[in-house]
Formats: sequence, C-alpha cells, structure tokens
Amino acid sequence: MTLVDVTAVVLWLGVTTYVVFGGADFGAGFWDLEAGRGPAGERSRGLIAAAIGPVWEANHTWLIFDLVILWTAFPRAFAAIMTSLFVPLGLAAVGIVLRGSAFAFRPVVRSERGVRITSTIFQVSSIVTPFCLGLAGGAIAGGRVSLDSSGGDLVRSWLSPTSILVGLMAVAVCAYLAAVFLVADARRLEQPDLASRFLRRARAAALVTGGLVVAGIVVLAADAPVLAAELTGRGWPLVLAGLVLGAAALAAIGRRAPFGTRPLAVGAVAAVIWGWGVAQYPDILPGTLSLADAAAPDGSLGALLVVFVVAAALIAPSLALLFWLTQRNQLGTQGPAGVSPAARRGD
Amino acid sequence: MLASGLLAIDPGELVAARSQMAFTLGFHIILACLGVGLPTLVLVANAIGLRRGDPIALLLARRWSRIMAVTFAVGAVTGTVLSFEMGLLWPVLMGRFGGAFGIPFAIEGLFFFLEAIFIAIYIYGWERLSPVAHLVSGIPVALSGLGGTFSVIAANSWMNQPAGFTLGADGRVAAVDPLAVIFNRATWYEVPHMLLAAVLVTGFLLASVYARGLLKGRRDRYVRLGFAIPFVAAAIAAPLQVAVGDIAARAVFEDQPAKFAAMELITRSGPNQPVTIGGVLIGDEVVGGLALPNLGSILAGFSPDTSITGFDAIPVDQRPPATIVHLAWDSMVGIGTALVVLGLWGLVLRMRRRDHAEARWFLRACLLSGIGAIVALEAGWVVTEVGRQPWVVYLVLRTADAVSSSGGIRIAFSVVIGLYAVLGVATLAILRTMSRRWAAADRLAGGRSTAGGAIPTGAATRNVSPRDRARTVPDRDDERVPYGPGDDR
Repeated sequence: MTLVDVTAVVLWLGVTTYVVFGGADFGAGFWDLEAGRGPAGERSRGLIAAAIGPVWEANHTWLIFDLVILWTAFPRAFAAIMTSLFVPLGLAAVGIVLRGSAFAFRPVVRSERGVRITSTIFQVSSIVTPFCLGLAGGAIAGGRVSLDSSGGDLVRSWLSPTSILVGLMAVAVCAYLAAVFLVADARRLEQPDLASRFLRRARAAALVTGGLVVAGIVVLAADAPVLAAELTGRGWPLVLAGLVLGAAALAAIGRRAPFGTRPLAVGAVAAVIWGWGVAQYPDILPGTLSLADAAAPDGSLGALLVVFVVAAALIAPSLALLFWLTQRNQLGTQGPAGVSPAARRGD
Repeated sequence: MLASGLLAIDPGELVAARSQMAFTLGFHIILACLGVGLPTLVLVANAIGLRRGDPIALLLARRWSRIMAVTFAVGAVTGTVLSFEMGLLWPVLMGRFGGAFGIPFAIEGLFFFLEAIFIAIYIYGWERLSPVAHLVSGIPVALSGLGGTFSVIAANSWMNQPAGFTLGADGRVAAVDPLAVIFNRATWYEVPHMLLAAVLVTGFLLASVYARGLLKGRRDRYVRLGFAIPFVAAAIAAPLQVAVGDIAARAVFEDQPAKFAAMELITRSGPNQPVTIGGVLIGDEVVGGLALPNLGSILAGFSPDTSITGFDAIPVDQRPPATIVHLAWDSMVGIGTALVVLGLWGLVLRMRRRDHAEARWFLRACLLSGIGAIVALEAGWVVTEVGRQPWVVYLVLRTADAVSSSGGIRIAFSVVIGLYAVLGVATLAILRTMSRRWAAADRLAGGRSTAGGAIPTGAATRNVSPRDRARTVPDRDDERVPYGPGDDR
C-alpha cells in the first residue's frame, strides 16, 4: 500500500463515519418532521432533541475532517468537485447553517410560534442537506465531475439519474440509521412506546433503503455503466455483505431489536460505502483523475497521517467518553417530554 | 483548471467572491472570538464558584455556558460555510496549494473536534456530573480554542508569508515541508495578536452587558461579578495587544512593504516618514489627515533615518487599495489605544477605592467597549486581508487568478447575504431572550427569600411585574441551584 492509498483509506473512513453519525443526526430531523404535530409527535421530538443534542456538533465535525483531508491530500480533486458541483454543495452549506442554528435555537425560544418556525427549518434542512450531498456524491461516482470546468456547467454535472438516486438514497440511509439509533435511545430513556414506534419506522426505512440500493444498481447500469460494472465486479463482495448485513438488521428489528441491531445496520451502510470506494479505486474522479495524480506531495500526506494518528489518539477516547456519558444518561437537561414551551413546562 | 487563471474571469464574479468571503469571514470571526474567549471566562467563574462556594459565580458560569452553547453552534455552522467557500469560491488556490495551505487546517480540524466533544460534555453536564468532573471537562474546551486559533491563524499567516513548499513545472506544489508551512514568518505575531483580540472582544462585550445592568441601577453581586470577571480579563489583554500589535506592524514593515505603505499612506520612499492620522490617498497624493513628522520612521526602525518603501517603488498592479487599509489601520490602533485607557481607568478607580458601579461615565464607556472591540477586530482583518491584495498567496498567486470559474458566485452571494442577515438577527434575538428571561427570574428571585436562592438579597425587589412571572414561573427556572436540574436556558 502506498502513502496515497493509506491517505485514501483515512479519507474514506472519515466519509463513512460522517455518513453513519452525521447521517443519523440528519435522519433524526426527518423523523422530527414525520412525527407530526400533537402530543404524540411532541414526545418523539423530545426524544430526538435529547438524543442528538449533546452529540450532533461532534458528529458534524467529521464533515470538516473530510473536507480538510480532501483539500490537503487530493487538492486537484477538491478543486474540480467544488467547481463542478457548485450548486448542490452550495445548497448543502446553506442547509447545514439552517439545520444547526435552528436546532440550537429551538430549545431557547419560548413561544409556540418560535418553536414551530425553528422546528420546520430544522426538519426541512435535515432532509435537503443530505439530499444535496447525495447529489454531489452521485455526480462524483457517476464520473460527471470534470477537470476543466470553465463555467456554464452549473447544472448538468449533477442533474442525472445517478445523482438523484444517490440523493434519495442518502436521505433514506439517514432516516434508517436514525430510526435504529432512536429505538435504543427510547429504551435508554425508558419510553417503550416510542421504542416500538421507531422499530416500525426502522423496518420501513430498511425496506426503502434496501430497495433503493437494488434499484441503484439498475439505474447505474444504464446511467454510469463503468461504475456499475465495477460495483458488481470488484465491489460485489462488499455490496453483497451490505445486503446480508441489512437483511440481518431487518431480521433483528423483526425480533424487537435485541442488542446488536445498531452494529448490523451501521455495518450494512458501511459495506455499501466501501463497495463504492473499492469500485472506484484507483480513481478519485472515476475515469477522469486517479488518486495518485490528484495527490499532494508526500510531505503533505505524511503530515496528514501524523495529524490523523494524533487525532485518533486524542479524539477516539474523547468521543468514547461523550457517547458513554450520553448512554449512561449523564448528559442532558430534557427528557423526552417534548420541545414545545408547554411540554417543557410539564403542563 | 490550471488554465483557468489565464482565461478571462468575469470581474463581477471576482468582486462577488471577495465580498462573500469578507462578509462570511467577518461574521464568523466574532463567533470564533467568543468560542475562544468564553470558555476561559466560564471556567474562571466556575472555579471561583467552586473554590469559594459562591453560588453567584456558579450561576454566572452556568448562564455564560448557555450563551456559549448558542454562539458555538452558530460558529460551528458558519465555520463550515468557510470550509465550503475555500473550494466553492477559490478552487484554484486550493487546487494548487491545498497540499501546503491545507496542513494547518487539518490540525485545526483536530482541535475543533475536541472542542465540540468537550463543550457538549460541559454544557450538558451541569445536572448530573460531579462539580469537579464538570469543571475539568471544561478545560479541554479552552485549550482546544487556543490550539484551533493557532492552526487557523497559521494558515492565514502562510497566505501572508508563504513558505515550506517548492513549485513544480506545472505551477503546483511539488514538495512540502509541513513545519515550515505551519511556522512561517507571520505565524509568530499573527497568532498572539488574534488570541488577544479574542479575549478583548469577549471580555469587553460581556462586560458591556453588565455595565448596562449597573447603569440601570442593579447593584447586586451578580451584576458586579458579571462585570468584573470579563472586564479584568480584557483590561489585562489590552496593553499586551498594543505591544504585540507594535511587533506585528514592524514585521509587516520588514516582510510586506506594500501593505505597510498602505497602512501608513507612504507615497514616496525614503527616511523621515510621518505617521498620518486619517486622510485618504487620491492619485499619488495624501489628502487630509494629521501628519506627525518622522514618527512613522521612528516606529518602524527606532530612528527618523529609517527608510520606508513608498508606493513609488511598488508597481501599480501590486498595490493594495491604500485608503481602505489606512483607515482600517487607524481605526484599529485608535480603538485599541482607547481600550487600554479604559482598562487603566478601571484600575485607577480601583486604586482610589471608588465604586465602579457609581462611576457613570466609566460605565458608559464600558457600554461602548464591546462594539468598539468588534470594530477593531474587523478593522484588523481588513488591514491583513485587503492589505495583502492583489495577492491571495503573497507574491505567488493573485486573487483574481484563484477565483472559481463556476459562474454562480453572484447568485450565491445574494443568497448568503439574506441567510446571514436572518441568522444574525435570530442569534441576537435569542441572546436577548435569554438575557431578559434571566433578568426577570432575578427580579422574581429577589422578591423571595426561599432556599436555593442563588440570587443575592441585594437584588432589586421592585418591578416584579406579571410579565416577569409569565416569563419564568412555569419553568424550572425557579430552582436556582447552579448544579443540578434547572432549565436556565
């Protein structure tokens, strides 16, 4: 394995982690919307706020991590992606601002109207943002990012069947992971009825996501044949592993999600992401730019890996502490009563 | 893409890209300052509270940490926007120099990660963590703020004094020396300058809030301590900032003559240069302003004989817009000096054993100091960034050659202005809501002498209006216990 490969693996680990943890937080916004108004929805929203409140900023940081590695290690690819995919990535940035600030403001506002406005912004941007990031991911996978983008290509690069499908898949994956995580959160906070509610939603989201993955291979075969061939060729063990793990997770959900459902669901998602990575290897922009051609000098990659090792040594235990404290109910001010002023007062 | 620097880029797109970058950076930098300064002040209040068993200091710490939660969240997302903008607006800069320029950002990512983790533990830990464990969990937040500042400012310093790379035949970075990138010639003075700026902005801004309370007649210990902690921190930082700024200016004189010429409006090279206060550059002549003869040369090289490069020695296409840089420079220095005087004023009052709360003109000055510190901060960034023009990487890459060719920047800028206007107003409204709610809760608590009342008996008992009750009563705000449950958001 060359230094370039090692760096690419680190980048892909970062992407996987962001999809899993950052994705689950976006998915929570999806269920926040789906919960609807009224007392039942109110309790779901309270659970969601309690579940992601302490962790969303740390989870969001994986995106920064990924961007930084991409621009330092593979600057040419970063420049090309940011130029070709100006529109979806710009919209994603707007969505990130709206999602984060609305979620941070919601517990502070006290009027019903304020809660409604911040909730709506949080919910809609939690769906639009992963969709836009998915559009960008689909455009990259589908080989639509060009190196000599000189304007006028603001739309064509990402308006393709592959992009739209990956965008939808991103939303579905986020919702799926969020539902699986929320089952565990509801149990931790001793809300059995909410656990049952999210079990049903986890099952539905699993079926939709699995369906999109299978449909995706068909769409790819027509729209991005090279990638489809690699996915079913070199990438098939991982794609298969994803489907098997997904099926196992689904079966576990059917048996009321005993311990281990979360690793199975995460494993299914990670396997598909790595299937994509393997299919694309050794290119960073399929058919256009290889990892080696895009890579920064060894000095940069070496520095990045040193930072990565130090980061792993410092961040892994810190993150473990955060999750451990969260899981032991040591953090947080609000139970799943709700996010509306009335619910917070305990009326 | 390599060729895009040679293609004609729509000048409107360049203006939009520069404006958007300036606007979003100018917005984010205020939050970044709070992200660096607030954790330290919160920890100071928290530590005082624990050591002296002082519930008022603890209540301040707890409320400041709520402010920190909001500003950190907004700072996290506006910081993410900047990360996107590095590529969306300046892909040529990143494509060519990402391998060098990116390294300090990678280190910053590490610190930001730690900050995000421990800020969550600290903010959400008030209820159930033990007081000592809780205090300790705040220490990494303050430390990673320092580390994060160092890394990001090292990246900016690199743009001013690029080092640690060699260019290949294709114009891209061919080899990188990471340490030389990080510890470039400008890192040494830019980093402390920014750290002190963060303390000044946070300290004076927070102090100005409590100065308002004192001016309105509150005399309880809560308001006095709330004023004292941030004011003392800022008053200590102010003279240090002048010293660091002086060193920085002399380094700019050595390293970036065009920027220095713009700062001091030097038109003709030579010795015996004045310091011009105010004034604008029209054509090649300085118009208006008060010239203090020889002072420019003395400040730059400790002697009137020090020769300073003027615009006559700098090619026209390498000159920054002098008037903007000069007026920004004057504003920063003027406000910075005024803030030192304000700190000394506070010290003199203390030495004469006068009550700060009764010194109304002093408090009025403090009321303005927060805004003043922000203006100085923004002016300082104008000096650094506009003064570096026309280069994005000094003497290596022109800003005009680094901009995106995507064609969508003008529209993006319009969207961003609208978005940030809403975000800015909403953030201020949220902070105001919190502050009013707390003030109402204090008035209410002042009227009772129940157990758990962290609010001093001196708190005004007047003005307990039905509205105050409506604001607070139904909430768990009643339980004014700094540790343990209490929804004081």
